[in-house]
Amino acid sequence: MSVTAPLPAPELAPVPRRRRTRRGGGTVGTTHAGWFTRITIVAVVLLWLVPTAGVLITSFRPEHLVETSGWWKALGHPFSTGEWTIQNYRDALDTGGFRNAFLNSLAVTVPATVIPITIAAFAAYAFSWMEFRGRYVLFVLVVGLLVVPLQMALIPISRLYVSGASVGGVQIIPNLQLNGTFLGVWLAHTGFGLPLAVYLLTNYIRSLPSSIMESAKIDGASHFTIFWRLVVPLSVPALAAFAIFQFLWVWNDLLVAYVFLGGTQQNRVLTIALANLVGQHGENWQLLTSAAFISMSLPLLVFFSLQRYFVRGLTAGSVKG
Amino acid sequence: MSIEQREPTAPEAVAVPPSRWLTALRLALAIGVPVGTVVAFWWSFGFLRQGDANRLVILAVALLVGVLGVFIVFWAMDQLVDWLPARFREGVRPYVFVGPALVILTVFLIYPVINTIVVSFRDAGSSGFVGLDNYRFVFSDPSMLRSLRNTATWIVVVPLVAVSTGLAFATLADRLRHGESVAKSLIFLPMAISFVGAAVTWRLVYSYRPQGFGSNIGLLNAVKTSVVGGEPVAWLSQQSWNLNNVYLMVIMVWVQTGFAMVVLSSAIKAIPDELIEAARIDGATEFQVFRRIIVPSILPTIVVVTTYMVINAMKVFDIVFVMGNAEANHTEVVAERMIRWFFIQSNDGRGAAIAVILFLAVIPVMVWNVRQFRRQEEIR
Repeated sequence: MSVTAPLPAPELAPVPRRRRTRRGGGTVGTTHAGWFTRITIVAVVLLWLVPTAGVLITSFRPEHLVETSGWWKALGHPFSTGEWTIQNYRDALDTGGFRNAFLNSLAVTVPATVIPITIAAFAAYAFSWMEFRGRYVLFVLVVGLLVVPLQMALIPISRLYVSGASVGGVQIIPNLQLNGTFLGVWLAHTGFGLPLAVYLLTNYIRSLPSSIMESAKIDGASHFTIFWRLVVPLSVPALAAFAIFQFLWVWNDLLVAYVFLGGTQQNRVLTIALANLVGQHGENWQLLTSAAFISMSLPLLVFFSLQRYFVRGLTAGSVKG
Repeated sequence: MSIEQREPTAPEAVAVPPSRWLTALRLALAIGVPVGTVVAFWWSFGFLRQGDANRLVILAVALLVGVLGVFIVFWAMDQLVDWLPARFREGVRPYVFVGPALVILTVFLIYPVINTIVVSFRDAGSSGFVGLDNYRFVFSDPSMLRSLRNTATWIVVVPLVAVSTGLAFATLADRLRHGESVAKSLIFLPMAISFVGAAVTWRLVYSYRPQGFGSNIGLLNAVKTSVVGGEPVAWLSQQSWNLNNVYLMVIMVWVQTGFAMVVLSSAIKAIPDELIEAARIDGATEFQVFRRIIVPSILPTIVVVTTYMVINAMKVFDIVFVMGNAEANHTEVVAERMIRWFFIQSNDGRGAAIAVILFLAVIPVMVWNVRQFRRQEEIR
């Protein structure tokens, strides 16, 4: 078995395979794209890009132009200086509070990605390479939790955060007042992300060669050392794929942040700030578009710089409930 | 940082030597230590609660606590196990590794499922039992019924359109000699954008201003008035034929087509060349190759992608919520109603009942999806 075993769904992992000779080669029965195919593809790609292009262009146009003419008019005279401005971004970041929201999004997203991965990786190691009673049953239970939709957890968890939990009048979980705190959101995202993380990482870590573990054990390495020195470095592809999936999931999430962190000026993350802006200034397009672009900037950066992992992460995450 | 404060909580639990207490010991460790962890985290949060502190400092502390904290907790627990008598160590250690995951899953998923079901039989403030009243409400309130109907439309239309567009595009792009990956990236790009961002993006496309409220700057209205002529249209208020619902579904199709396309494209590339070559030599047309060879070969992948999209469409919330005026425009969907009743109207009972219905609807699709996913792995 190879150390660089692919993620648990090779069919789903769209890493570009080698080009086949059939394409563009000279073999019998070769077809290559005719004009119809090429034109269709270009047309569809343009159609898919137009909405984003509209946001991007509008966000750089001064207010009086945005108000009076469609964004495509700017394409007519792309080099006249009066047509473009970065004032919208200044407004969104400063007076609109999007700088603050960006920092909050980071403060929510990074730990909400690292915590579930760490916890899941330890659990996955135990499920794969440690002997204990109930191992199989517990693993099935964890995977079974994939079917629980997020919506099922919202009401109990927010009641838990606000008033703790009691059974028959006896307080069994104290009132932690986690509502509106970063910790509350981290823990919620950790809980919702764990079944998938444990499932994917266990599948991967289990497929690592046992000879490595055994020789490390003979050399006297503890489980903790084997995990940290061997398993984690060998599992980087799976960890990275899940990390990207979870990062995007949390960064783009509105629901969990809305319920557990709230929409206060001080706490709100980008998605909430943007949703509020739609409600309050729905026709203030120069502000809306620059704010939208601020919220898209980091995921787009991840997309363009880590595209292969990015795609793999999203497909790996396709079983999330 | 006060993470160290959790250490004193564990040793009492650890110092129980007799072997028959081993199970109790394991239990105490698996539950006690993670609970101590949560408390320690919470203590370090005194600082983060101070709203007036500098945002950058708060960010730094949050990252430090969140990222390093969880690792230090595991390391400290592992050290504690080393203090145990040698014969217990390896029996306890696995529970230290899986314990935190189990505790968090119990608190954040298992307990909530039970609690939500109980709450769905209780009244708005969850103070008294009301029997099936909340469920009766779900299946009689006109707005709720509309949301059920709309969601049913979403789960049919979105997967159907997104998967077939994605499949068509993947098949066509597969024939390109150059630029296949660029074309695919650009279709895939909306997957990086949040549903909120996508909603804003499409609100600009659909933008409509009634006469006297400024010029119409929406692209769709510009196209409509210059091609068909006539007056600009308020797209998102078009209730005939459920058209405004369709306009919202377009947004989700726009976001998710790229996903279907990328996954299906890699499945197409995995079809052995010989199969397709042989068909061509036998005189099959390109369409026949597509229908008789490509589609049957990738059918399992089509099924997985479709179920994934069905589940996503069932739980769609952000798009409808951000567009607003769901009730006035008759664009309600189930997940959006759930938040409306639970969070905005503070009616826990009704919110919980809607969540339970969503849960019951998701289970069969999800079970099927996980099984297909596992089967695909086994084939490998």
